[in-house]
Amino acid sequence: MECQECNERTATLHFKRIVNGEETIVKMCEECAKKKGFVPYPEDGYSLHDLLTGLFNFDNLKMANPSGNQINQVKDLQCSSCGMTFSEFKKVGKFGCAQCYESFASRLEPIFRRVHAGNTKHFGKIPKRAGSDLHVKRQLKSYKEELQHLIETEAFEEAAKVRDKIKALEKGHREPEAGEDI
Amino acid sequence: MTLEHFINEAISPWMLEDGPDKDIVMSSRIRLARNFANVPYPILAGQEKLEEIREFFENEYAHQSFHTFENLEFVNVRELTPVEKSVLVEKHLISPHLVRHTEEGAVLISENEQLSMMINEEDHIRIQVYFPGLQLKKALEHAFNLDDWLEEKVNYAFDETKGYLTSCPTNVGTGMRASVMMHLPALAMSNQINRMIPAISQLGLVVRGIYGEGSEALGNIFQISNQITLGKSETDIIEDLESIVNQLIEHERTARMHILERSEMRLQDRIFRSYGVLQYSRIIDSKEAARCISDVRLGIDLGIIENTSGNILNELMVLTQPGFLQQYANRTLKAGERDTLRATLIRERLELEK
Ligand SMILES: [Zn+2]
Ligand SMILES: [Zn+2]
Repeated sequence: MECQECNERTATLHFKRIVNGEETIVKMCEECAKKKGFVPYPEDGYSLHDLLTGLFNFDNLKMANPSGNQINQVKDLQCSSCGMTFSEFKKVGKFGCAQCYESFASRLEPIFRRVHAGNTKHFGKIPKRAGSDLHVKRQLKSYKEELQHLIETEAFEEAAKVRDKIKALEKGHREPEAGEDI
Repeated sequence: MTLEHFINEAISPWMLEDGPDKDIVMSSRIRLARNFANVPYPILAGQEKLEEIREFFENEYAHQSFHTFENLEFVNVRELTPVEKSVLVEKHLISPHLVRHTEEGAVLISENEQLSMMINEEDHIRIQVYFPGLQLKKALEHAFNLDDWLEEKVNYAFDETKGYLTSCPTNVGTGMRASVMMHLPALAMSNQINRMIPAISQLGLVVRGIYGEGSEALGNIFQISNQITLGKSETDIIEDLESIVNQLIEHERTARMHILERSEMRLQDRIFRSYGVLQYSRIIDSKEAARCISDVRLGIDLGIIENTSGNILNELMVLTQPGFLQQYANRTLKAGERDTLRATLIRERLELEK
């Protein structure tokens, strides 16, 4: 398929556009797409799909070897919770459930890195309930740092107070774990 | 009756409010993607599960109010006519995805249309909050509050290192897409925008036209949004986006002044010609309409056209979309019929300003 812009290079990117309520598909080479500002938009399932399958194909190419097919089949990961396989994920570019992240963990880092400019770790909001453990962990960490500092500066009275806070937090933190899923 | 209101009014109530740099930044939006921890994502969940989720939101949140987002209206997408669906898409209250890819989609819309929560889109929940002008921080604050409010009843899919677990790997982490809709006629006229887009893309931001194809950007309306959702906090993402938007605002203002200084008569001519087309044409397609509306809005911003409201760009862009036209006509229209009705509606709307 030829690029619809330059009519020269091969069109590797497909964009679904909605014009006046009608869908049209535009096919372009990467170079023209960039020039035209047709950056794959994350919310557009189609272009994202292309982005991911492009990535995976590259992945497959590198792994291809005479016995590659068989090995790949045996190795295909499957999510124990929703049943999605890694090959299926590769095809649709979407996870089937939250558990998939863990089920496919061993293969996901390069994908995250590529999609998120090298990043693989969350630095944003922590939910109040679902992340309460993490909130406590972060709080504990900051208390312990404070404690360390207080001890170093020999502010023992203050340090005792912080130590109490840490104890209380650790105690309060363990209890709800028994009946966790409220 | 609220649905009727959503459908009949082209302009959402919040759009009429003032906002910083509103002459260039039409709106700021924060979208958060969230999911239930223990339910397969909509792509895999069976109809039954999705119905359960939809009913949960109807039972728990229909007619509820949260802060300034009052009286949430629950709309089951399946019960809408095709024209009603297009109108909600054209007003950005629902996404094309919600209409096309699911039978179990729903949306909760606040009375001021500032909040819309899509149910069973690509993710179980998509919170969208809109503010007029450049107000990303405020929009984020409200979106976070809403997010906390939902979390009281919803067990979110969240992971310590990966953040909010979304159906698509492009949203994982914050699950946040922050975007700003900008009217950049002078940067488009001077062709500067096409040189800026690749540079902006390098910074992890996405620029695209809202209406029309790609860089063509009908009506010179561009959407700028963050691409990365992992590895940066929401606040950092917004600050980065805002700094680029501020630069674009500066460039746009400078470009406007340049054009005004160098070729005021030409600019006036162009603006008044477009004004004339909108006032007197009998047939107008969406492309020409968008171009003329953009010119007139620029004329209003520069004081060349007086006594006409600056909100006209927001309003006419929606009013002249196919879905809205057909809603107005109360029937499906062929392209030719739409062009005639579009011209009529624009004439009538401008008549109201006099
Ligand atoms: Zn090309
Ligand atoms: Zn799964």
